Amino acid sequence: MKRRDSIKTIALSTLGASLFMESCYNVSTEKIKRSLTRYEYGRTKEEKLYDDKLFNMKFFSNKELFTLDKICNLILPPNEFGSIRDAEVVQLIEFMAKDIPSYQKPLKDGLVWIDLESKSRFDKLFHELNEINQKKIFDDIAFYDPNKSIDQYPEEVQWFNLMRNLTMTGYYTSEVGIKELDYKGNAPNVWNGVPEEVLEKYGMTYDKDWLDKCVDQSKRNEIAVWDDDGNLIS
Amino acid sequence: MQIKEKSKEYDVIIVGSGAGGGMATKVLSEAGLSIALVEAGPFYDPANPDQMTQMKWPYESPRRGAGTTRPFGDYDQAYGGWDIEGEPYSQKGDTDFRWFRSRMLGGRTNHWGRISLRFGPEDFRKKSIDGLGEDWPITYDDIKPYYDKVDKLIGVFGSKENLPNDPDGFFLPPPKPRLHELFYIKGAKKSNVKVMPSRLSVLTKRINNDRGVCFYCNQCARSCMSYADFSSGSCLIFPAQKSGGQIDMYVNSMVRSVTTNEEGKATGVSFINKEESKEYKLKGKVVVLAASACSSARILLNSKTKQHPNGLGNSSNLIGKYLHDSTGGDMMAFIPKLIDRKTYNEDGVGGMHVYSPWWLDNKNLDFPRGYHIEVWGGMGAPTYGTGFNVNNFNKFFGINKAGGYGDVLRSDMKKYYGSTIGLSGRGESVAQKTNYCEIDPNKVDKFGVPILRFNYQWTDNEIKQAKHMQDTFEEIIHNMGAVPLWGKPDKKSNYGLNKPGLIIHEVGTTRMGNNPKKSVVNQYEQLHDVKNVFVVDAGPFVSQADKNPTWTIMALAWRSSEYIIDQLKKQNI
Repeated sequence: MKRRDSIKTIALSTLGASLFMESCYNVSTEKIKRSLTRYEYGRTKEEKLYDDKLFNMKFFSNKELFTLDKICNLILPPNEFGSIRDAEVVQLIEFMAKDIPSYQKPLKDGLVWIDLESKSRFDKLFHELNEINQKKIFDDIAFYDPNKSIDQYPEEVQWFNLMRNLTMTGYYTSEVGIKELDYKGNAPNVWNGVPEEVLEKYGMTYDKDWLDKCVDQSKRNEIAVWDDDGNLIS
Repeated sequence: MQIKEKSKEYDVIIVGSGAGGGMATKVLSEAGLSIALVEAGPFYDPANPDQMTQMKWPYESPRRGAGTTRPFGDYDQAYGGWDIEGEPYSQKGDTDFRWFRSRMLGGRTNHWGRISLRFGPEDFRKKSIDGLGEDWPITYDDIKPYYDKVDKLIGVFGSKENLPNDPDGFFLPPPKPRLHELFYIKGAKKSNVKVMPSRLSVLTKRINNDRGVCFYCNQCARSCMSYADFSSGSCLIFPAQKSGGQIDMYVNSMVRSVTTNEEGKATGVSFINKEESKEYKLKGKVVVLAASACSSARILLNSKTKQHPNGLGNSSNLIGKYLHDSTGGDMMAFIPKLIDRKTYNEDGVGGMHVYSPWWLDNKNLDFPRGYHIEVWGGMGAPTYGTGFNVNNFNKFFGINKAGGYGDVLRSDMKKYYGSTIGLSGRGESVAQKTNYCEIDPNKVDKFGVPILRFNYQWTDNEIKQAKHMQDTFEEIIHNMGAVPLWGKPDKKSNYGLNKPGLIIHEVGTTRMGNNPKKSVVNQYEQLHDVKNVFVVDAGPFVSQADKNPTWTIMALAWRSSEYIIDQLKKQNI
């Protein structure tokens, strides 16, 4: 099949996908407007304007978003902690494609490629394949030798690497992903050194001389006073 | 363009509100002088919820904290970066100098690393030691009382070490090392590299009742809402206002030039109000420039008149010359022992708990100046980029296969989380007359102000030092049982030496000295040519040492401010 023809076929069979997307990703104008007010993160006036501009643009078609959803779900299937949908991974990819325009071509080309590959191997679009066949396509593009530069690999391998990176970062920077990773910071606390059992595990100890210099956390709220030689006396 | 003139005459106009401008504002206003503080960016307060980014989660940003709009990520508190729309700079020949600007009240003090090192006695007399560059017109003893005052006013943690060229101060106690830092201590000691508690202006202990105590969120780069780290706003400007200082703040106001009268004396500044795109003039008895080394040089060079055809204070023709940044070299490594870590909160303060000051004598080396080593790593907060190339480290176990999909990615993510460490060398370069910024004769910025053009090349001094960094990092990394992530950079890439400007320690453009032919300002940072103009940023630095410049900027600004008060009293200016 010629490339142009298959794109036409793809377009025809996306109608169902569109309907699904409306309910799943809710990319209506109303939704976009709500996105504008959702993020309050200390922006300057100029930064707000830039974010608003990106939210008002739509980069992927609903069909493409649907395929992305399938791909990301296979890269990182849901577990008891959460899913790529909980983590809003596809929304992130849509945003990043607008925020970092150099992502645009490889991301779109990859989506075209995977449908063409599915067509030629199984005579269906990627999202219409069963999971076994979808994974057959993945198996040919998902692996690389970490001793080599990814640029040395065919474009579809590079694209899949980008998809995996975006999926992973989207998941592990989300509320559910951070919980799964078990990152325990970003919370007020009083640091008082590496836990004893951890020191033990690695055969580490705190040098006594070093420790003597360190803060006595029980006195952290007493106002600092020094003698004339700079010795702390409070 | 219509120019509006404000009728009030201030005692002092201060241009720029970072470390130097903040200190001048505090000291001069507390002496009862009326101050106009002119800042190119908006008002900023680390405690203002509308501007705050501290304690935000990555998913509170639609780009999960990526560095698209702010080069150190969405939550970094520097409004600006190396590239600002409408405010370009140009390069001469194959120069690639990178000029970082932060346009906001407090400037770069809102996001900086808080590494607060005094210069040592030798740092003021390097020419006497190695014959290169120039000695300062002052010694450590001249500035020591001001370092002491800065320590006590602002607060810095550290430890007494009695080192000859890394003087002790009035320290708050340092925090205990993190796990990866214990690995570093082990490796460094084996390599005979001195390692000790770091010195950061973060309050590990209460210093007064107006500022909070560190609650260990690791986010000093986001500026502390409790004022538990140093920023110019929280520690200098706001307290100065609170103690009744007569301070008029002009924000979003970009200074174009210093205005002068027939006798060539400064009368004030002219600035562009960015909101209204209108030009204003302010009158002042004294003008204090603290706009950052390159910006202050630019303002002076753009202040050309009949009396000052070269730019203001530039009879020496040295404004812009001797521009120099710290050198930078880095290496990242994987610590195989740290796979599958038990998680706990090890955020700590915003930066390293341990570091290595320069530990060798350059007499025995093939490069003249030293560097210190900074350490980073651990189980940091996820941000955009976390999870990229999740299992590339497989190669360190002889597995030449990475990538894949499915649940294996989840276990690989957990396996490698928190297993990396990074070492960064930050060193002294030798100031060169041939490294400079100047006015580009053909270009203006969006306000119509002529822009800067840079000319800068590293010399063998810095390249050999960068090689030494890489060799040292490799050895320490080996000695801590870690493996470098990448191959060592070679001669072709200057051994990984960063481009000038990337370390953001640019200094030297209005050099201090006793001889008006060989320097721009005297030891009180006063222009030799114009007695009522001072420069209190890092422009006057003769050499920048293997330390960070901020503590010295503030000590000098304090000293110069006292001199201004004295000279105004004596009616000398």
